Amino acid sequence: MSTAQNHTDGPEISQEVPFWHDPGKRAIVFQALILCLVFAAGYYIFANTQANLRRQAISTGFGFLGREAGFGIGEALIPYSAANSYAHALLVGLLNTLNVAFIGILLTLLLGVVIGIARLSSNWLVSKLATGYIEVLQNIPVLLQLFFWYSLFNDLLPSPRQSFSPLPGVFFSNRGFYFPVPVGHCAFGWAAAAFGGAALVCFLLRRWARKRQDQTGQIFPFWPVSAVLLVGFPLLAWSLAGAPTAMSIPHLTGFNFQGGFSLSPEFGALLIGLVLYTSAFVAEIVRAGIQAISIGQSEAAMSLGLKSNLVLSLIILPQAMRIIIPPLTSQMLNLTKNSSLAVAIGYPDFVSVANTTINQTGQAIEGVLIIMVVYLILSLLTSAFMNWYNKNKALVER
Amino acid sequence: MKLTRTAIIVLLAAIFMMLPLIAGAGETLDAVKGRGHLIVGVHSSLFGFGMPDEKGVWRGLDVDTGRAVATAVFGSPDKIKFITLTTQTRFTALQSKEIDVLCRNATRTLTRETELGLTFVATNYYDGQGFMVPKKLGVKQAKELDGATICVLPGTTTEQNVSDYFRTYKISMKPVVIEQATELNKAFFAGRCDCLTSDASQLASVRAVAPNPDDYVILPEIISKEPLSPAVRHGDDQWRDIVDFAVLAMIAAEDLGINSKNLDEMLKSNDPNIKRFLGVTPGNGKALGLDEKWAYNIVKYVGNYGEVFERNVGKNTSLKLPRGLNAQWKDGGLMYSPPFK
Amino acid sequence: MRTPIPASAVEDLKPPVSSAGPLGWLRANLFKGPFNSLLTLFILFCLYKMAPPLIRWAFIDSYWFSDADVCRAGDGACWSVVSQNLRFILFGFYPYLLQWRPAMAVLILIGLFFYSRDTGRWNRRLGVVWAAGLVVMGILMHGGVLGLAEVETDQWGGISLTLLLALFGLTAAYPLGVLLALGRRSRLPAIKTVCVIYIELIRGVPLISMLFMASVMFPLFLPEGVTINKILRAQAAIILFTAAYIAEVVRGGLQAIPRGQYEAAESLGLNYSQKMRLIILPQALKIVIPPTVSILISAFKDTSLVVIIGLFDLLKTTQVTLSNPAWIRFSAEAYLFIAVLYFLGCFSMSNFSRHLEKELKA
Repeated sequence: MSTAQNHTDGPEISQEVPFWHDPGKRAIVFQALILCLVFAAGYYIFANTQANLRRQAISTGFGFLGREAGFGIGEALIPYSAANSYAHALLVGLLNTLNVAFIGILLTLLLGVVIGIARLSSNWLVSKLATGYIEVLQNIPVLLQLFFWYSLFNDLLPSPRQSFSPLPGVFFSNRGFYFPVPVGHCAFGWAAAAFGGAALVCFLLRRWARKRQDQTGQIFPFWPVSAVLLVGFPLLAWSLAGAPTAMSIPHLTGFNFQGGFSLSPEFGALLIGLVLYTSAFVAEIVRAGIQAISIGQSEAAMSLGLKSNLVLSLIILPQAMRIIIPPLTSQMLNLTKNSSLAVAIGYPDFVSVANTTINQTGQAIEGVLIIMVVYLILSLLTSAFMNWYNKNKALVER
Repeated sequence: MKLTRTAIIVLLAAIFMMLPLIAGAGETLDAVKGRGHLIVGVHSSLFGFGMPDEKGVWRGLDVDTGRAVATAVFGSPDKIKFITLTTQTRFTALQSKEIDVLCRNATRTLTRETELGLTFVATNYYDGQGFMVPKKLGVKQAKELDGATICVLPGTTTEQNVSDYFRTYKISMKPVVIEQATELNKAFFAGRCDCLTSDASQLASVRAVAPNPDDYVILPEIISKEPLSPAVRHGDDQWRDIVDFAVLAMIAAEDLGINSKNLDEMLKSNDPNIKRFLGVTPGNGKALGLDEKWAYNIVKYVGNYGEVFERNVGKNTSLKLPRGLNAQWKDGGLMYSPPFK
Repeated sequence: MRTPIPASAVEDLKPPVSSAGPLGWLRANLFKGPFNSLLTLFILFCLYKMAPPLIRWAFIDSYWFSDADVCRAGDGACWSVVSQNLRFILFGFYPYLLQWRPAMAVLILIGLFFYSRDTGRWNRRLGVVWAAGLVVMGILMHGGVLGLAEVETDQWGGISLTLLLALFGLTAAYPLGVLLALGRRSRLPAIKTVCVIYIELIRGVPLISMLFMASVMFPLFLPEGVTINKILRAQAAIILFTAAYIAEVVRGGLQAIPRGQYEAAESLGLNYSQKMRLIILPQALKIVIPPTVSILISAFKDTSLVVIIGLFDLLKTTQVTLSNPAWIRFSAEAYLFIAVLYFLGCFSMSNFSRHLEKELKA
């Protein structure tokens, strides 16, 4: 309604509309009301908390982070002792969480894709087994599964002295899974750097090869060349640095194995529980994604003479990926968040360490806030990465 | 939309049904009396101290302590409600007045009294942290545990005590900490750890449930003092006195030789101490703001400390705990009640 | 023009044995190509190796109604751990003699679910039936009227607590979630921001941190002297948590409604609430019924997390049973039993949601 016309046509219409009939003003009032309500609720909670804390003389603030933790942590990726601070203990817990989430996500993707494809297999037995797997694991609470796996581990694995050793130097026992690793030497640092360099070269090479293929149609043997680069560079760096071959082999001394590298049963149970549970969901997502691609696509591909595995990897999966990635992101986030259930079976993850901190300091508010903020940051980072990846995939579309 | 509206109405109805649970609380004794029952915070699954039996009836030393308080106030052990608390929520529940008394094997410490605003009353079980190992390891004392993997029962002081102990002797260990006691015990029996550490009473409780109890030994070292006491909030002295003397009444009854069987004969006793205790000579009840029969009722419905101990953790239970520090002072223990006058 | 074919020539020819019948089925589904055949044989071999000992353990050597001592002497499965403690596992602290009441309530709930399976019954009457059912269940559980003894919520446990947390969690979270979804799609920036922050915040943290908050922080948020029951606090945390997920599902439904519907509603002169209530939401909510059922399933599974803050749900009552000295060794059996219970609940719901999806598409 143009106001200019109103003025000339009928002065009675031009009269000020009462503000509750003006959508613009109403919106402002409405929003202001909501904001006031939110702030009032926030202030009410804040004021009550302040009063309660003062009345009960509970200490507040994050000063405790600098104090000595005074408790041990079973597994740590960085050096830690009970004399370190609470902040350091929490960092150890955070790294443990990241560790299990990262490895868990990789394994889940792998297993989920395999089972999702198996679910669509033409082999009756395979597809029924995959269906059974998906149905059973999806429909049982993950916490119950964790308890189950952990008690199974404890019941089935032998004690260190009777440990099961499939290869020399590799041991399975109820203390964990032990295997030899090379003794630390600067050569490995160089090799790792060389690997990083090779990966960068491969990345550039691939871009160049793509471009050339688009322009000239010539196919560059990218995979063999990159394999040679990725293996050759680190090997070269390692041998130039003196080719150390000393290995740290686990051996039984006193109560337990010493040396080598170990994974604890808690870590194992948590990882298996999370991976099996989440991969059932991933499998369903993969299946739905593949089935969403019209049958014409695979018929067209087959009529071009592609073999069935090539049809899957060149035609179906790349298209299905676009459907799969958004729900996949939320599953990956779920896995990360579910890793907080570690507290129930004794893997020292972030929540578990924060829990002990809350118990010892009595500062529940700060503890719970730290847990929430850390998971929020993890979630935002993961979804930012997945969004970036999703965009990247979408750009390929022509 | 009709469905949604119906759902909302039903929901509101349900919320109103639960509203009586949202209630204010004033001075503790008045609040408890007004409510008609006592609310006690207990452990959810510690055999012998706080755990429901297969019919859902609460059993345990801490549970009976709570019952003694309820009996003192109401003259009946059944006017009571139990709320289960985790190690993490137990103090908050007391601070926020969700419960009236905390009877959940909590160790009395300086910082808990000061920084958490709690007041602990008379100790109902003297404990200390110890170690339990499988016999076949051949370990005779805790100092031989260098490099061992240690299962730690969840608790606030336990984890720190064991860390302190190993740091003092400069030996190393690897803790396995599990929030769920059931899972932790299972892990220990399966050999996940070389050693289990906790309060000695809990170790006995765990050992009692081992597949073969004789395969495990509890090492002689006791590395900490753990006076386990009921707790109330700071600032309500009348309530503190009631809870304190409800615990002490059980101890005093044993000291005076009164138990639930000879109780009525004792009413005729000429001993002025017994007369005062049982309320034959009035005074104690009025001083506490309770019925004169309060101590009589505690012994009648709950029993004296010895009876409570034997019923829940003593020789005829699967825990088979000796009285030890928890014997009467006359028998070399620490249970010592002030005079009831 | 077709020439008539003699009757003898049209006699039905049977397909070759190798491509029809059981043999044909085997060839097509199990032994198609060498790789498939190897896979089939490998799986069969594994089954042959694993199944017999498992069956032996679970059914042949097992004990069903014995004492704990008998169980400990044998080496089969000890299902007695479930049968001897069944009432505590299922009903927790509900007074022993009154346990028929939660049992009835659970049966009514299952009955209601079966009754609502048929979409033909989805009308006003269904709402009335549900409302009546819920009221009856509430009366049965809580008592205090009609001569039933009162049983307060803190004595509810086991399966009734699990169902209560899941069901009320979803019913209460649903309206909140719809409001949040509308807010997130709103054109008013302040409201949109508040809703987006809430939804993303809640979806970014694990449920367990919400439960920690409910158990240790909520009491501090309230003024002095006011306390809220522990179950109610956990319920509130579950509601706040579920609402964010429902909001996202409903938002999907709102986005799927074509723009024309919004414009048509506006051109009829409907205001915002009329437009949403009469035109948009009925369509959007219908689209999102299947994903809403999946949220109900996860809410049902997620209630098991209240174990960590010490509420007596199904998992916790099982664990308490397992901390009894007599039964401590039989955790696998007890866990399997409740796994079956959870599975039956979730599986029937997810089957139902799939069936709905098909019906709604048709």
